[in-house]
Amino acid sequence: MNSLVVDAARRLRSNPGAVCAMFVAAGMVALALLGPGFNPNGSETLDWLHVASQPALQSAHWFGTDRLGRDLFARTLEGTRVSLAVGVVASAVSLSVGISYGAVAGYVGGRTDHVMMRIIEILSGLPLIFFVIFLTVIFGRSESLLFLSIGAVGWLTMARIVRGQTLSIRRREFIEAAVASGAGTARIIVRHVIPNIIGPVIVYATLTVPQIIMFESFLSFLGLGIQEPHASLGTLIAEGAGEMEAAPWILLVPGGFLAVLLLALNIFGDGLRDALDVKER
Amino acid sequence: MAPILSIDDLSVSFSQPKRSLFAVRQVSLDVAARECVAIVGESGSGKTQVFMAAMGLLAGNAAAAGSVRFEGGEILGAGPRQLNGIRGSKLTMIFQDPMTSLTPHLKIGTQLAEVLVCHAGASWSEARLAARRMLERVRVPEPERRLSQYPHELSGGLRQRVMIGMSLLCGPQLVIADEPTTALDVTVQAQIMDLLRAMREEVGMALVLISHDLGVVAGLADRILVMYAGRIVESAGSAELFRRARHPYTAALLNCIPSLSGPRLERLPTLPGQPPRPEDVLDGCAFAPRCPRAAERCRVERPLLTNENDGASRVACHFPLSP
Repeated sequence: MNSLVVDAARRLRSNPGAVCAMFVAAGMVALALLGPGFNPNGSETLDWLHVASQPALQSAHWFGTDRLGRDLFARTLEGTRVSLAVGVVASAVSLSVGISYGAVAGYVGGRTDHVMMRIIEILSGLPLIFFVIFLTVIFGRSESLLFLSIGAVGWLTMARIVRGQTLSIRRREFIEAAVASGAGTARIIVRHVIPNIIGPVIVYATLTVPQIIMFESFLSFLGLGIQEPHASLGTLIAEGAGEMEAAPWILLVPGGFLAVLLLALNIFGDGLRDALDVKER
Repeated sequence: MAPILSIDDLSVSFSQPKRSLFAVRQVSLDVAARECVAIVGESGSGKTQVFMAAMGLLAGNAAAAGSVRFEGGEILGAGPRQLNGIRGSKLTMIFQDPMTSLTPHLKIGTQLAEVLVCHAGASWSEARLAARRMLERVRVPEPERRLSQYPHELSGGLRQRVMIGMSLLCGPQLVIADEPTTALDVTVQAQIMDLLRAMREEVGMALVLISHDLGVVAGLADRILVMYAGRIVESAGSAELFRRARHPYTAALLNCIPSLSGPRLERLPTLPGQPPRPEDVLDGCAFAPRCPRAAERCRVERPLLTNENDGASRVACHFPLSP
């Protein structure tokens, strides 16, 4: 068995905060995926008898309904599912592009590195919101476009981190030994560089997921992201913010979900960093 | 017989913003098949850089001039494609610190097998079997278990055995061992030297031993080259060198080795002074400022490495110690 993973898992288990956060996050993911099966109310069904009703356990709507009479619990679960999907897909995009880009720039170095990093600087100089609005105007609104545009921007930081990590190990002896034993550049990057920097990268990725969820919520709040009748946590919060004085639960339920989810993912990511970040003992 | 490795008039310099540093100055040497040559010198004498240049491993700001031929073909300045056909298979290197020269996140078995997959086109299962046999040959206990362990789970001595095994996997013509025992403690050091000796008898490769310790290479080397300030100052058969060193620097080095027999010394003898810095421009003999035998001529005219009458022993000194 992979002893590095075993070691990391043992250290992670001895961190109660991280274990707790892991269970909370896993529970919320499970709820978002399986929850609708247990809830008799659909997220798009309108219940005209209970418009903007208060949360109550004995009624049909545990978390109340919004101003169109839709079950808030079902909507929040759908929102969580969409937000998580955006977070995971966009992180995966930024992870794969960022790792390959950063590792090549850092390992090859010299002029290649210069050019590649300048491209990153130019891209990160573009105002993000403007960029997303621009894409939405050209291609129209779609969820896949949202995934893509967030991922397209998220890889920049990842590439910088990977490049930094690569620079810190490219002069190490085992890389020199690999060169001396006749391994080509591509093989060295794939076999000797990337596996050795994957720890910090995974940690950064787990911290990226909440960041992206946050960003998606922000875009949706502005009306640039997920559109009705679909929901993400961001659109739900935006909707709730309008009813804040009359029906605060419409804001508080999805807001609470978002806060708990982000907190759990962040604590888990932190714990993962501590667990993986023991250098070569 | 043609030498395996033939280095001719090799110079290595490092360019820095304001100046150039010369690490190796016009070094020529040959390594014959099955021969063991030791290169001895203190830190900064250029002994490692000679072979880094040969392997194409020089730092980015280094420039090498001269010629390095391996099996008759020029390899100095050769492209990575040509070098990778040689490096790791016919020409291999063992590094100083086994703690850092194995990739930390790959299992020992994978790292060993990869060399064969990469160079000999073996399948992974064949390569793994060969790796296991090699671990047995380099006397690694429990080879099967070691294959699936990570470098950090092995001791320094074991790791150096793995490195030696890795360097021998493809049946190399020449192995360059760059201070293979410096990072190990003394008893392990002796075991590793024994292993190198045994492997040399079994495999029959030529071996270059780079060391700062005459005592370590004494038992293994056929020939010893002494380097000082980027040049070879003396070249002699191993026994010959210990019996009668001709260069005052070699003599001073030998003098610094404490002896078990003989009178008890109050202080260990040391060489006074410092070696010249690599940026210094030297007209005369680089060792002259520290040499007890130096005369005016030594400071103005650089002594050349001369052929002695028997052709085997060479020394670069105007006033060599008489036999």
